[in-house]
Amino acid sequence: MGTPLLTLSGLTKAYPGVVANDDVSFDIQPGEVHALLGENGAGKSTLVKLIYGLVSPDSGKMALNGMPYAPANPNAARASGVAMVFQHFSLFDALSVAENVALGMDNSPPQGELSTKIRTVSDAYGLPLDPHRTVGDLSAGERQRVEIIRCLLQDPQLLIMDEPTSVLTPQEVEILFKTLRKLSAEGTAILYISHKLEEIRSLCDNATILRLGKKVATCIPAQKTAAELAEMMVGTSLKPPKRAAEVSSEVALHVSGLNLPPAQAFGTSLRDISLTLHKGEVLGIGGVAGNGQDELLAALSGERLCAADQVKLDGKPVGNLGPTARRHLGLLAAPEERLGHAAVPDMSLTENALLTGVTRQALAKGGWINWAAAKGYAERIIHQFDVRTPGPHVAARALSGGNLQKFVIGREVLQAPHVLVVNQPTWGVDASAAAAIRQALLDLATQGSAIICISQDLDELMEISDRFAALNEGHLTHARPAAGLTIEEIGLMMGGAHGMEAAHV
Amino acid sequence: MFKIEKRPIPSAKWNWGAPIVAVLLTMVFGGALFAVLGVNPFLALEKIFYEPLLGEYAFYYRPQLLVKAAPLILIAIGLSLGFRAGIWNIGAEGQYIIGALCGAGLALALYPMELFILLPLMVIAGAIGGALWGLIPAFLKVRFGTNEILVSLMLVYVAEQLLASMALGLMKNPEGMGFPGSRNLQQYPSAHNAEIISGTGMHWGVVAALIAVIFAYIVLSRHMFGFSLRMSGMAPRAAKFAGVNPTRMVLICMGISGALAGMAGLFEIAGPAGQVSIDFNVGYGFTAIIVAFLGRLNPVGILLAGILMALTYIGGEITQSQMGLPLAAIQVFQGMLLFFLLAMDLLTNYRFRPTAKEAA
Repeated sequence: MGTPLLTLSGLTKAYPGVVANDDVSFDIQPGEVHALLGENGAGKSTLVKLIYGLVSPDSGKMALNGMPYAPANPNAARASGVAMVFQHFSLFDALSVAENVALGMDNSPPQGELSTKIRTVSDAYGLPLDPHRTVGDLSAGERQRVEIIRCLLQDPQLLIMDEPTSVLTPQEVEILFKTLRKLSAEGTAILYISHKLEEIRSLCDNATILRLGKKVATCIPAQKTAAELAEMMVGTSLKPPKRAAEVSSEVALHVSGLNLPPAQAFGTSLRDISLTLHKGEVLGIGGVAGNGQDELLAALSGERLCAADQVKLDGKPVGNLGPTARRHLGLLAAPEERLGHAAVPDMSLTENALLTGVTRQALAKGGWINWAAAKGYAERIIHQFDVRTPGPHVAARALSGGNLQKFVIGREVLQAPHVLVVNQPTWGVDASAAAAIRQALLDLATQGSAIICISQDLDELMEISDRFAALNEGHLTHARPAAGLTIEEIGLMMGGAHGMEAAHV
Repeated sequence: MFKIEKRPIPSAKWNWGAPIVAVLLTMVFGGALFAVLGVNPFLALEKIFYEPLLGEYAFYYRPQLLVKAAPLILIAIGLSLGFRAGIWNIGAEGQYIIGALCGAGLALALYPMELFILLPLMVIAGAIGGALWGLIPAFLKVRFGTNEILVSLMLVYVAEQLLASMALGLMKNPEGMGFPGSRNLQQYPSAHNAEIISGTGMHWGVVAALIAVIFAYIVLSRHMFGFSLRMSGMAPRAAKFAGVNPTRMVLICMGISGALAGMAGLFEIAGPAGQVSIDFNVGYGFTAIIVAFLGRLNPVGILLAGILMALTYIGGEITQSQMGLPLAAIQVFQGMLLFFLLAMDLLTNYRFRPTAKEAA
């Protein structure tokens, strides 16, 4: 091996109360696709922020092509040939693709020239993109292409990709991988961050595994099984969730012809959604982010109203009822955004237990709150769902993502819902908490509740769903039995690869 | 040197410590201001904080304290409910004027009929008038998405014009020999909001303020309405998810704060002020905003803050008459209080940490 492209030695970065990176060292060779694998909170993001100049290390050194490398800011990192595609895009909805690309460049050429360049690069790497389209109209996969092309226009030596496939359909993932392999063949190194094991096995040459801020292993992912990788990442082996539920023929929830305009500009409208959910059934709803997931949850939870008989719970029309009335009848929900939507960050767990528990747990009488009962309910959730916290007086924002998620899911599960709708129940949650949450959902189904699980994690959906449907631009596909579905079929249900027609222009 | 970092949990100590430190800092910097103006700062601070309470003429100032604190507290309680829910009614001054005009208008229309329930009727009229004035920005907000801060503030100036027009026209005293201003309600027994115990300053407005404090305290800590209110302010999406109707919340909060401001105006015009005059309003509606925040939007805190603010009003008058301090100086003094409070508030949610030295 020649000189490594990037050498990290002894990088350490501490935040108050947590050491995000503890003495991390590894090398990346030119043209190598290097995976950075770890659970949420393992320190992957902090490490790439160090490399990209967003934060500076407390101790340790980096070298790029053998020369000391200490970027003061992302501009300096880009000037040295390090580019990064973030998990959350920084694009302006109201501007065109070319304008967005120009804004991200340090010295951008005139628009006409830039458009030509964008076309050249997008053709060369199989990333179809029309420079004149408005970003607000693009799918998540297309937006990611904008970010990637913005990076490629600067001829990086190292391209960092943070969880790039979480917003893609399987077909789009294939396209992305082709692009990345081509880049790697041309000598561009790629640092690929993910917790999806199969992806890493098929794409990456080497993997560095982080756990709690420390490097725990390096390996060649293709030589390991996914289970072995998972064990290295988590530290223990995990049991897949078990289920014993039998789906009854009794209908719990029926949605028919539901249309809702978007709540804000560039939002997604729900188009003619119809679904039938039986008692004891888990319906998994997949789809790329931004295709109507939040809107569907709001329409089911009662945050947005529709015509009465567009949503029927146990045969009763509830479409025109608000959240409290729906809870009373047994339709409960747990939104994706934990802080600020499912829970109030600055309120205690007792108050957050009251937030949705008040109706079914009878925590108030005539509007007067029974605080002792609310505290008792919060304690029950904490106890039964193993929420790690000093007590119910703690503010929600002080809990880790996984613990708060267990609290939020527990709060709804313990209310014995007839129908429970959850959105991204394990997003940003560590593996053991995720397993506990999935098991809780399955146990609830075993008791006869019906569950809709909206998620972008296809593995999760395949693990717990009886039937699977996908949201694509506000449409919901027909639900199909989950057993036996191939990844190819799932991808097509999610809309295949978006925006491919531009390639043939 | 130092960096500011967010606390995991808001500090309970600083929540109550911030107002105290703010008062102390205001004394220090206000004292410095007085010194620059050529006045002995210690004497001035003594006149503001000591003399009205325990000085030689305290028997005269103490009732004044209640008279000044009552409207501030009553208005601030109403405002605090809205502020907690993230609804910013800045126009209490206008609602105060309209409440006074509605109540006084009722009394003047019935003059000189002696009616046992006239004062209660006037209170109700004042509350309704203030509530309706507050509901204008609320309605415009929920219907057309206008900003309640701007609209409620602008309506203050409309109310002031209306007040002037009433004092010079419709409500002018027919026996007033051409002078502006209405009949004096203090001389109309049924309408007079007289002292309940003579010489104490204790009028019905003081009673109403105390009831409002107790009522607000109970609702905020024990009732679902108070809980919904706090949720709406802290996390509007979560409140909506919990089942709170945001439109109704805006209307209720603006209505309540308007009603309380209107009542405060009525108690003032039927009592200490006595008549509809061009310069009837003296800025209680605006000062109440400071009182609400100084009191941490907490009913008990507002009670204390209202008394403190009344103290600076009276102390300001004393320093004005006895030491020749300009009115503007005492207004700056009051402004400093809010300024330092907001600055100190940072410490409730954030803390300073010495930054580690850069590794060599």
